[in-house]
Amino acid sequence: MSDKIAMPGSVGPDGDRSTVPLGAATAVIEVARRPRRRPVRGWWRRSAALLVLPTAAALVLSACGSSSDGSASGGTDQAVVGLITKTDTNPFFVKMKEGAEKAATAKGVKLLTAAGKFDGDNAGQVTAIENMVASGARGILITPSDTKAIIPAIAKARAKGVLVIALDSPTDPQSAVDALFATDNFQAGVLIGEYAKGLTGGKSVKIAMLDLAPGIAVGTLRHNGFLSGFGAAEVSGTASEPASAASVVCSQDTQGDQAKGQAAMETCLQKDPGINLVYTINEPAALGAYTAIAAAGKENDVTIVSVDGGCTGVEAVKDGKIAATSQQYPLKMAQRGVDAVLSYATDGTKPSGYVDTGVTLITDKPVAGIDSENVEFGLDNCWG
Amino acid sequence: MASTKAAGAEIKLRNSVGSFAKNAPDLATLGPVIALVLAGLFFSIKSDRFLTGGNFSLILQQVMVVGTLAIGQTLIILTAGIDLSNGAIMALGNILITKLAVDAGLNPFLAIGLGLLACTAFGLLNGGLVTTIRLPPFIVTLGTLNIAFALTHIYSNEETISDLPAALTYLGKTFNVGQTEITYGSLLMIALFGIAWCILTQTSAGRHIYAVGDNPEGARLTGIRTRRVVLTVYAVAGFIYGIASLLLVSRTGVGDPNAGQTDNLDSITAVVLGGTSLFGGRGSVAGTLLGALIVGVIRNGLQLIGTKSIYQVLITGILVILAVAIDQLARRRKA
Amino acid sequence: MRGTMDYRAPQTIDSGAPQTADSGRKDIVLEARGLVKRYGQVTCLDGCDFDLRVGEVLAVIGDNGAGKSSLIKALSGALIPDEGQILVDGEPVRFHNPTDARRYGIETVYQDLAVAPALDIATNMFLGRELRRKGPLGRYLRILDKPAMKHQAEQEMSKLKIGLRSMTSPVENLSGGQRQGVAVARAAAFAQRLVIMDEPTAALGVRETGQVLDLIRRIRDRGLPVILISHNMPNVFEVADRIHIQRLGRRAAVVLPTECTMPEVVAIMTGATSTGGPAPAGA
Repeated sequence: MSDKIAMPGSVGPDGDRSTVPLGAATAVIEVARRPRRRPVRGWWRRSAALLVLPTAAALVLSACGSSSDGSASGGTDQAVVGLITKTDTNPFFVKMKEGAEKAATAKGVKLLTAAGKFDGDNAGQVTAIENMVASGARGILITPSDTKAIIPAIAKARAKGVLVIALDSPTDPQSAVDALFATDNFQAGVLIGEYAKGLTGGKSVKIAMLDLAPGIAVGTLRHNGFLSGFGAAEVSGTASEPASAASVVCSQDTQGDQAKGQAAMETCLQKDPGINLVYTINEPAALGAYTAIAAAGKENDVTIVSVDGGCTGVEAVKDGKIAATSQQYPLKMAQRGVDAVLSYATDGTKPSGYVDTGVTLITDKPVAGIDSENVEFGLDNCWG
Repeated sequence: MASTKAAGAEIKLRNSVGSFAKNAPDLATLGPVIALVLAGLFFSIKSDRFLTGGNFSLILQQVMVVGTLAIGQTLIILTAGIDLSNGAIMALGNILITKLAVDAGLNPFLAIGLGLLACTAFGLLNGGLVTTIRLPPFIVTLGTLNIAFALTHIYSNEETISDLPAALTYLGKTFNVGQTEITYGSLLMIALFGIAWCILTQTSAGRHIYAVGDNPEGARLTGIRTRRVVLTVYAVAGFIYGIASLLLVSRTGVGDPNAGQTDNLDSITAVVLGGTSLFGGRGSVAGTLLGALIVGVIRNGLQLIGTKSIYQVLITGILVILAVAIDQLARRRKA
Repeated sequence: MRGTMDYRAPQTIDSGAPQTADSGRKDIVLEARGLVKRYGQVTCLDGCDFDLRVGEVLAVIGDNGAGKSSLIKALSGALIPDEGQILVDGEPVRFHNPTDARRYGIETVYQDLAVAPALDIATNMFLGRELRRKGPLGRYLRILDKPAMKHQAEQEMSKLKIGLRSMTSPVENLSGGQRQGVAVARAAAFAQRLVIMDEPTAALGVRETGQVLDLIRRIRDRGLPVILISHNMPNVFEVADRIHIQRLGRRAAVVLPTECTMPEVVAIMTGATSTGGPAPAGA
């Protein structure tokens, strides 16, 4: 069966795919058509068929989905790699998945993908790991939703000889996975912090910080990196608590969401109308903040810096809404991850430790002494 | 697969009795059985890794938490109620058990006992508000959902609790039947389904739960103490959520404050897919087990054949609407 | 009087009241004296009397607002009167709820039947007083004795000649008359003294109405007196042995259907004739 599926586009396997479930459904319909005496007895059979038909259709539909996914799939010796993201919806992870798909197609690797239902859905990620191990994955790439809670499941997978690589976010401890392919979120914060310092010069600043959510490592690292780069606080890249500083007049959580970013900025401006520098956890939050600032007529007085480097975000830099952003490369993380699993599957070499996938400062208003790339570069390399 | 067979036997039994008896129970049982068998058949053909003992054990293990929650949910829905708070109560239980055992250094069994107690107390609170102040269950449990969620996050300080004593994760351990590893937790879930089935179908308490959901005023007039029945159901459901929290701890090996956020809807999904009516008074826990397995099988199977996980959500959505539509049709026919 | 009914729930037996109506003292099974019930300014029962004799079908009729349903609720325990006395076999009793009345062997068939449609016939027959298995299974695990319930439900159905064979089919699959049959059979099975039926034919067609009237006669013929509340005058005249006419919260008259006509009864009911009309039968 699996050999037949290996011939994409040919009539045979496609025929197989559709006839099997439909055949089963037809059998049920035949049951429904058997002569019956009581009208009241007939309707449930119709309902049963009603229940079965769309299910079958949906399964066929999903099978078609899989046929396009696994179009390069084939015999049992083909390497299988799993990618588990925090959610299915965040553009960052969508891009990461795209990168993995491209790499998988290019290298002839079968890619399985899964995601939690919400950011923080540990149980969903555990289930995905188990299912991927069951489906014979040689390696799993995961962006852990809960850096601690996922560890027992990862340990079980590794005990079965599966290579596990954390993407984007480290596990706690980092040694729980074979390797971490990530961007340095602290460094991303440092870059925009240094930039903001150079831009504002010696002027007195009032900073608003639009953070992610409590207890999430990415948010803490970017936050601390910014304060460290700006020189507002002495904080190391390993601190697990967000630092504070005298020049920060307002801190709000945004969940990285545009609407919440806007509401947070409105609150901050209410608290202190003199805010002139805004750090944002990501570009959606930055755009929300810009809307609030523009509504208050302060768009020329306030500088916004951000992190991520999504295409929408870089466009906003181009439009002058955001002064600078630290661009990260989710595509690259996933591609390198797929490559690593493939080489593990072929000759058993394992990557180890932390592999930095890089971060670049993108701005059209460069500050002397600080390395940056312009918006064209940003657009060429952006995601989302 | 054993449960499928059992349900099949039930159909035959029902078909042998009078012609009137053939309608609602058949449909309620047959729909989910067909869906499950069909999905199983489909995945067996598409993947040679699906039809193995190990994979079935895995699916059981993956549905054990939501499945257990869904037992409590079934009891409540049978009384024409609904419980939105079960996932949050379970999360609170899982944080209490782990934090008391790890941070407070309590004897693990005492910690488990206190966790079960707290969950039962939350169930009692739900039931008390529903029966004494006569607030709609939807609103009551929406409130307690938020209360339990907040308490979980306040008490846990947003921190995941790890390095648990072995006693807390015992139910996550496995034993071998032939080549197949089976977790104790999934056996516990099946045992709980069995007990719930016996109580609902073989005892007067069970009959009273159905009667209260079906015709509350009529049940009262026949001398059933309806408020006490409803209060007991919510309290028992709370206790079951406590067991679910223990299963969750043993499954994930940590105390996770973010756990269970969609489990309330997932448990309702299992109940509805199993053919239990949201209007109360009709349905079965056997159906709920099937409903939970349908979700588990589709999720696992789609992953095995390499389909995006979002298709599971799509199919579940279609099935839920169908299940409810069939229930509505049935009620209209019989009105 | 009905020693064959051995499957009553225990609580219906140890009522402490005399067991049978025909123990020889009197022929009045249930009696009410001077019942008063007021809701604020509204007086529903205004010194109402009532009596039910052994082996009769007593119809209670009256215009809307005559206090008919208040009287019945007082007799079945669903309402506590402000004043007055209820006597069962000559003994004064107080009913605080329907369960109290049931302990004295008074069963009521409510207008909405008080059945759970999704449950089967046997379960509905025994709802609230299920039979448990003998031995520890029943005593400690409270396991139901389903075969016994099914068997006894079948027996009751056949005694009353209700044409329902499968006790395991859900009540919702039955016709209106059949559902009525289930509710009546339940009352007849557990009633030790009398059965109260509230508008049992209100929702039924002609043929099914006839069947329910037959059912009422059969229950009477088994020795159980029946109180029948009805709006339907021809039905009342067809089945009742005596007719209690309620008006303005009191008993206006009790008449024998054999000795007066429908227009005469209607006249008493509406007050067109004073209670001096036909002599209260048997008073």
